Amino acid sequence: MKIEQLYEVLKKSQEAKGYYFNRNKKRVFDLLEGLLINKKRYGYMCCPCRLAAEDRHWDQDIICPCVYRGPDVAEYGSCYCQLYVSQEGNEEKMPHAYVPERRPMEKRFRL
Amino acid sequence: MNNQCDVKIYALSTCSHCRDTKEFLNQCGIAYKSINVDELAPEERKKVLMELKELSPECAFPTIVIGDRVIVGLQKKEIKEVLGIK
Repeated sequence: MKIEQLYEVLKKSQEAKGYYFNRNKKRVFDLLEGLLINKKRYGYMCCPCRLAAEDRHWDQDIICPCVYRGPDVAEYGSCYCQLYVSQEGNEEKMPHAYVPERRPMEKRFRL
Repeated sequence: MNNQCDVKIYALSTCSHCRDTKEFLNQCGIAYKSINVDELAPEERKKVLMELKELSPECAFPTIVIGDRVIVGLQKKEIKEVLGIK
């Protein structure tokens, strides 16, 4: 799948759920490219801002959209990567705050 | 300016925050070493991850090491303070 296709598919499906792409389109396309790279590498679209364990079961919580997107967008107006934001976040044209990692510590690195 | 100390970034090649951090340091004229952990071979990756875990229990990217200070995430204010940039 090409980035443009992924953009269109996700935009439609995620906006319907109340999650919008960041207004910074370059950032969005860079992140979507990261998702496609990870899909090729691991077989699933692991979050581009987190290290994959290369184990779909282990990484289930960080397959995009990750399970932390909902609480992060609710609390900070954007997800950890800043790929998805709330409608208000984009409309108010406010700088997106730093979003701390919500994934539990013990899940982050698998050595 | 304390730009003589060693600056190292543990990053992911796909991560937008990591990219922003490198750009930020470039703009500040700070030289740094960067490791894209996701591009390392398994053995080397394991070694680097153990090193990173020692540095910070947070285990997130980017992790920026400036001298003996460890900063997790693109915390511009903190990075500037540690580097002595106004």
